[in-house]
Amino acid sequence: MTTTLAPEEIETGTQPTIRDAVNDYLSRVRGGDVGALPAVLGLVALTIVFAALRPTTFTNAFNFANLIHQSAALIVIAMGLVFVLLLGEIDLSAGYAAGTGAAVMGIVLTRQGQPWYLAVLAGLATGAVIGACIGLLVSRLGIPSFVVTLAAFLGLQGVLLQLIGEGGTISLRDKTLLALNNNNLPVWGGWVLFVVVVAGYAAVTFSRATSRRKGGLHADATEIILAKVAVLAVLLGAATFFLSRERSRNAAVSSIKGVPEVVLLLLVLLVGLNFLLGRTSFGRHVYAVGGNAEAARRAGINVPRVRLICFVMCSTLAAVGGFLLASYDNSVSPTTGGSDTLLYAVGAAVIGGTSLFGGKGKVMDAVLGGLVIAVIINGMGLLNQPSAVVYMVTGIVLLVAASVDAISRRRAAATGRV
Amino acid sequence: MTSPSTVTDTAAGGGMPPLLSLRGVNKSFGAVHVLQEVDFDAFPGQVTALVGDNGAGKSTLIKGIAGIYGFDSGSYSFDGHDVTVTSPKQANALGIEVVYQDLALCDNLDIVHNLFLGREITKHGRLDEATMERRAKETLAGLSVRTVKSIRQQVASLSGGQRQTVAIARSVLWNSKVVILDEPTAALGVAQTEQVLKLVRRLADNGLAVVLISHNLNDVFEVADSISVLYLGRMAAQVRAGEVNRNQVVELITGGRSGDLGLGPADALATSPGQRPDPTGPLGANVEAS
Ligand SMILES: Nc1ncnc2c1ncn2[C@@H]1O[C@H](COP(=O)(O)OP(=O)(O)OP(=O)(O)O)[C@@H](O)[C@H]1O
Ligand SMILES: [Mg+2]
Repeated sequence: MTTTLAPEEIETGTQPTIRDAVNDYLSRVRGGDVGALPAVLGLVALTIVFAALRPTTFTNAFNFANLIHQSAALIVIAMGLVFVLLLGEIDLSAGYAAGTGAAVMGIVLTRQGQPWYLAVLAGLATGAVIGACIGLLVSRLGIPSFVVTLAAFLGLQGVLLQLIGEGGTISLRDKTLLALNNNNLPVWGGWVLFVVVVAGYAAVTFSRATSRRKGGLHADATEIILAKVAVLAVLLGAATFFLSRERSRNAAVSSIKGVPEVVLLLLVLLVGLNFLLGRTSFGRHVYAVGGNAEAARRAGINVPRVRLICFVMCSTLAAVGGFLLASYDNSVSPTTGGSDTLLYAVGAAVIGGTSLFGGKGKVMDAVLGGLVIAVIINGMGLLNQPSAVVYMVTGIVLLVAASVDAISRRRAAATGRV
Repeated sequence: MTSPSTVTDTAAGGGMPPLLSLRGVNKSFGAVHVLQEVDFDAFPGQVTALVGDNGAGKSTLIKGIAGIYGFDSGSYSFDGHDVTVTSPKQANALGIEVVYQDLALCDNLDIVHNLFLGREITKHGRLDEATMERRAKETLAGLSVRTVKSIRQQVASLSGGQRQTVAIARSVLWNSKVVILDEPTAALGVAQTEQVLKLVRRLADNGLAVVLISHNLNDVFEVADSISVLYLGRMAAQVRAGEVNRNQVVELITGGRSGDLGLGPADALATSPGQRPDPTGPLGANVEAS
């Protein structure tokens, strides 16, 4: 306050030019607010490397679609983890919550012979109950989430084994559930989806800018919005085009083309959860609790309730991830959601830019980070690298991401951004 | 016990009825009796300074007023009516706002988000960012705040004085009637302190009842209309600022009495567990006397 600015220097309704926007962005990045930049750069770099090393196999449409199917479950579980990480908490049990949700779904479907939607509801309810138990223990009793979810990790591993039986599997035969993470939309359906997404994005951003300008507030320049829409259209257009090509080795027998159905589910979750976190009071409260729980409490926010809901979201979304795993594998086994699922999902959120310190992150981080991890696994597989190498490389990437998080926090602290 | 020479409320308020009034309030944390039979009044249009040595119970008193926790016993009346306040929401509903010593701001959110935290304006279930931003600007302008560059700045990037300004602005965004400030100038330099004190005065001039907690008697004498002195959890005196001098206040803070003001001799020397009397010197460690 030592330098008092003249009133006209307070942010006014003047509209920024493109150059202002670019400068602003660069200074934010330099100041440590890197956002999704590392994940995007990482994705581009990895794609170039693998495409150069395996020009035919990595870049073909079949592998591209496969990549989406492989990463879908990981992305959804990571989306749930974003809620918990935003609070500065952790959920180590999300992997087995996915497995348990899938197992309950499978049992209701096969052993009880219920229709798929009841099975899905049962699976979702399982996830919600798991999340509620964890959330209550963390928010009411104040046990650290690390301990509670470590216990849940062990416990649910047992529950899963109990439900399915040692060495057993539940095979899925329901068409709808198998389609979920195996089938594709018709080619025209993919293009309709493309148009809806791009037009929807354009409509939302333009209407927001217009209403802000009407209220005399700072808004992005029209050129900037147009540029963003154009970039989105080009990227999604290219992906849709690529996925619309025939990717069956034997097209005469069975044709495989079109955008995977699971993309629709991912989009719905991305848009819905993004809205919840970014545009509702609840979302704002999640960030507030992660940033300063005491401040949130004094502001009248029901902090235990916010915590509880976030844990319920996490486990419920994990159950959805479990359905995707089951659909991809055509079955549920005692290892569904086990081994590295949870670690990859946490890694995905962190690589995408969600901070382990709480208060910073987006649902989109889960998508970007999930893709990075899937590209590593997929590309290393095509390079015929043994698991040993895949694990080591993934570990290094995660370490790099965590370092970016820590370094950007330090820069942010130095320049007064968080 | 009642304090024999506590000046009556109407005298401290200059003839006006108090807006907020506590009588015989008690609060214990376990075995520690932090507040004992405290009476306290705040008057509209006035700055009431609440002073007392470290650990005297000032923060505890205002946290009780704000509903962070309830008082164990005693009466709490607001605008002439008896009320029960056990949650921050209830206090807010009455129009009581507190700016805490440890600033209750979220560093990861921007100024607008912080101003409306917990009371976001929504339209059809969505945050109405445009309205919030406009109202935030109006409020800051109304307080003649010209020092923040952008209200979309994250709070972490603000100076101490600017953070304090945001915290104070948050307390007047709502139709608040009582604003309580816990050591708003503690960490500020000379210029920023001056600016915050002006802001505090302006709040009172706008008709709010302002309660200012401060260890700095310069600040207190600069803006306060009346002074309440807490001594080891008891209200030693509630007096008009013009009727006492600095030395008397220092004595009240450090010894609980000054001449015929303050607690009776027996009360002043009585101690409760974990608290110490300080009858030796007139200057307490944290009291600035000049
Ligand atoms: N939550 C609590 N649990 C136990 N004791 C407490 C608690 N809060 C405050 N106390 C005790 O109550 C007494 C008064 O504390 P309080 O914070 O109200 O003092 P204060 O007048 O605000 O002091 P300062 O000038 O240092 O801010 C102290 O002895 C403190 O240790
Ligand atoms: Mg205090």
